[in-house]
Amino acid sequence: MSGSVESLVQSHYKYGFTTDIESDVVPRGLTEDTIRLISAKKQEPEFLLAWRLKAYRGWLKMTEPHWPNVTYPPIDYQDMIYYAAPKTAKPLGSLDEVDPKLLETYEKLGIPLSEQKRLSGVAVDAIFDSVSVATTYRESLAKEGIIFCSFSEAVKEHPELVEQYLGSVVPPTDNFFAALNAAVFSDGSFVFVPKGVTCPMELSTYFRINTADTGQFERTLIIAEEGASVSYLEGCTAPMRDTNQLHAAVVELVALDDATIKYSTVQNWYAGDEHGVGGIYNFVTKRGKCAGRNSRITWTQVETGSAITWKYPSVLLQGDNSIGEFYSVAVANGRQQADTGTKMIHLGRNTRSTIISKGISAGHGNNSYRGLVKVLPKADGARNYTQCDSMLIGNECGAHTFPYIDVQNNTAAVEHEASTAKIGEDQIFYCHQRGLDTEDAISMIVNGFCKDVFQTLPMEFAVEAQKLLGISLEGSVG
Amino acid sequence: MTLDTYRHAFQRFTENGGGSPSWIRPLREAGLDRFVRAGFPTRKNEDWRFTNLQPIATGEFRLLDPPEALPGLDALRPYLFGHEDWPRMVFVNGRFVRALSRLDGIPSSVQLLSLREALDSQREVVEAHLAKVAVNAPSAFTDLNTAFMADGALLVLPADAVLEHPVHLVFVTAPGAADGATHPRTLIVAGRHAQATVVESYVSLAEQRYLTNTVSEIFLEEGARVNHCKVQLESEAAYHVGTIEAWQGRSSHFESFSFAMGGALSRTNVYTVLDGEGSHVQLDGLYVGHGVQHLDHQTRIEHAKPGCTSREIYKGMLDDRSHAVFNGKVYVRAEAQQTDGKQTNRNLLLSETAKVDTKPQLEIFADDVKCTHGATVGQLDELALFYCQTRGIPLSDARTMVTYAFAADVIEEIQTRPVAEHLEALVRERLERGSARAE
Repeated sequence: MSGSVESLVQSHYKYGFTTDIESDVVPRGLTEDTIRLISAKKQEPEFLLAWRLKAYRGWLKMTEPHWPNVTYPPIDYQDMIYYAAPKTAKPLGSLDEVDPKLLETYEKLGIPLSEQKRLSGVAVDAIFDSVSVATTYRESLAKEGIIFCSFSEAVKEHPELVEQYLGSVVPPTDNFFAALNAAVFSDGSFVFVPKGVTCPMELSTYFRINTADTGQFERTLIIAEEGASVSYLEGCTAPMRDTNQLHAAVVELVALDDATIKYSTVQNWYAGDEHGVGGIYNFVTKRGKCAGRNSRITWTQVETGSAITWKYPSVLLQGDNSIGEFYSVAVANGRQQADTGTKMIHLGRNTRSTIISKGISAGHGNNSYRGLVKVLPKADGARNYTQCDSMLIGNECGAHTFPYIDVQNNTAAVEHEASTAKIGEDQIFYCHQRGLDTEDAISMIVNGFCKDVFQTLPMEFAVEAQKLLGISLEGSVG
Repeated sequence: MTLDTYRHAFQRFTENGGGSPSWIRPLREAGLDRFVRAGFPTRKNEDWRFTNLQPIATGEFRLLDPPEALPGLDALRPYLFGHEDWPRMVFVNGRFVRALSRLDGIPSSVQLLSLREALDSQREVVEAHLAKVAVNAPSAFTDLNTAFMADGALLVLPADAVLEHPVHLVFVTAPGAADGATHPRTLIVAGRHAQATVVESYVSLAEQRYLTNTVSEIFLEEGARVNHCKVQLESEAAYHVGTIEAWQGRSSHFESFSFAMGGALSRTNVYTVLDGEGSHVQLDGLYVGHGVQHLDHQTRIEHAKPGCTSREIYKGMLDDRSHAVFNGKVYVRAEAQQTDGKQTNRNLLLSETAKVDTKPQLEIFADDVKCTHGATVGQLDELALFYCQTRGIPLSDARTMVTYAFAADVIEEIQTRPVAEHLEALVRERLERGSARAE
């Protein structure tokens, strides 16, 4: 079974092209002036500039953390471009005015931005390098009172909402990368679903890094008011380059009483070549706050890309009876490293959380699950169930689990289970008998392994995720 | 106490004869150097994240001398599991006391003697094994022990030797030992296919604050079986740090049980390396906390060779404001294919203010492995309590019963019945006292 492994180890990254488009970039490096320049370019209100500078000053005092189970050469924060935007002469009135080259890029990625072509009824916010280039279905959503736009537009049109919620879940100086993001973030998506409204379609953001040597720092803020519900999906790709690029985003979710937010990620940043050259460093802070009673936040992630993935989508379970869920599939193939997991902080009474994590390691990949389940003294009746399974393909990869369980309330019940296994010879043999070749058999077994997570994804994306997983693991098993 | 004072203490220690024989001197000095360079670990060190060592790091502990008046055998009797006939070595304030010990009843081919004597008379075997296994995980406490070890036990079993009775090592802290420290060191070498059971007890004859920093090294040659049981019943004002490190050869079989019920702050490390094909380890433990006790366990099982199996069950019961920490690592090296590992940690919180931090951990670099771990934290099963009540058992009795059953389950794993029965009685007594107070 291992004979042809090496000959097949080459993953095909079909999103590795670059778009030749003129960009407006700020000079390399980071000083207070860079931040003032970004803020000025975006014509931001005073409070936001002050907020950015506060974060920057906090960041200067912080040191880069090195506790995760990943290794990478030091990052030079002064040798990076903090803002790059495709050049457009004037603000965009409609989609027709978007640079055709951009539309072409998204077409190539399989994300048509023109609404008539879109059958599946998914509203898309497309982010190219640092800025949002187009947001579809805005009008129809606005009829329901839903605000779905780029972050910069939200700052201009709904400054009061931004001021109220920005940083309320991830404070500007929460951690090193969150502080950096707060200082220089350029754009992102903003979603506001008012009281009692169920968002009629899936909302989605498509992130694309194009310019070389840029860091991408977008910030997403989703607010679901009392009784509201929304499902949101993000997808990511980047060109193949032999230098590493930093992606340090921040996502904040706020769910008030009885609100539901479902946030799904299909992350397929460029992972670097088989020798570990190039690829994206995906250092992201994602956190949701179940602020209200009976609220619910679900994170689903399919992480197949990035040279290094380092993120822990978390939920603060503050409201009584609130629910936090985390479903994850993380693949580390080639030289990829993933240190990912979640944090469930139980603060309110009868709060519940579920964690299902599936890690797949192949080639020279290293996959770590790191999670924290914390039950504070006031969280009576808190429940947690954690299951994290790892699968190893080949004997040069590694799987690690670091679950932290911290319980300070005796009415809590916390369960953690983990297992590690490989694809059994007998399973493959059975598939052979039924006329499946090895590659298909592996794909089927791996998809079965990840079924619990894929089931939680919206239909179209579940299909895409399955395909993606097939591509990521292609050739890892002989 | 600053680290410099440890240097001075070392100087005095060697001047008082602690430095002899001379061949051991470099080993001690290396230990001291490493210790002084690194200092006591802080909570920034991942291995000590949930245990604050300030009381030990800042406490002034002098090296204990043997007491002026030795305790009598009567004082020790409650700790002997009703088996005075077992071979036994008693250490008072860290020094071997022949008068209280019983060294007959073991085959003449087996060597059982104090480490102090062994350093002189058994240099070959001691030099070949001492500090050879307890170096895998660098530890300030093991280094400190290597520098200051004054006495302990040496047990050497030649090939095929089988001990009929357990060997009982009793480490007693006598009254009047306040602010003292002992650093006992035990070395067990089991030759090919040799078999032995060793029980280590740590007890205090008075409520007082002191530090026990003990290290036991265990070597299991091919096919050897060692059953090790540690019973920690220190004074509840005392600090206890104990490390057990085993090295396992081919097809060897190591069983370890760690029981912790004493001490204000207690930490037990149990580490083993499965370094021969087909070897097996079973690590079990029970910690029972009340008051403001802090009970910490760290285990590490390293699968270094193919086809080894490991089983681990640790349970804890925490009452009042006690705090327990458990960190269990299972490490599977790339060549250790066909590994089968299973680890479980279960905790029962008996009061609203008790607290548990548990972190089971798997690190796997081989693909053909079967490893699972699980951890739970919870309270008593309401249904079980209800069932008992329907059968006419009062709630308070039902609580004691169900809690006791939780603990008894893991105590049953102890092969040596008298020890298991003794520990069961201790747990029952503690529970009954707890429930009597609650009413």
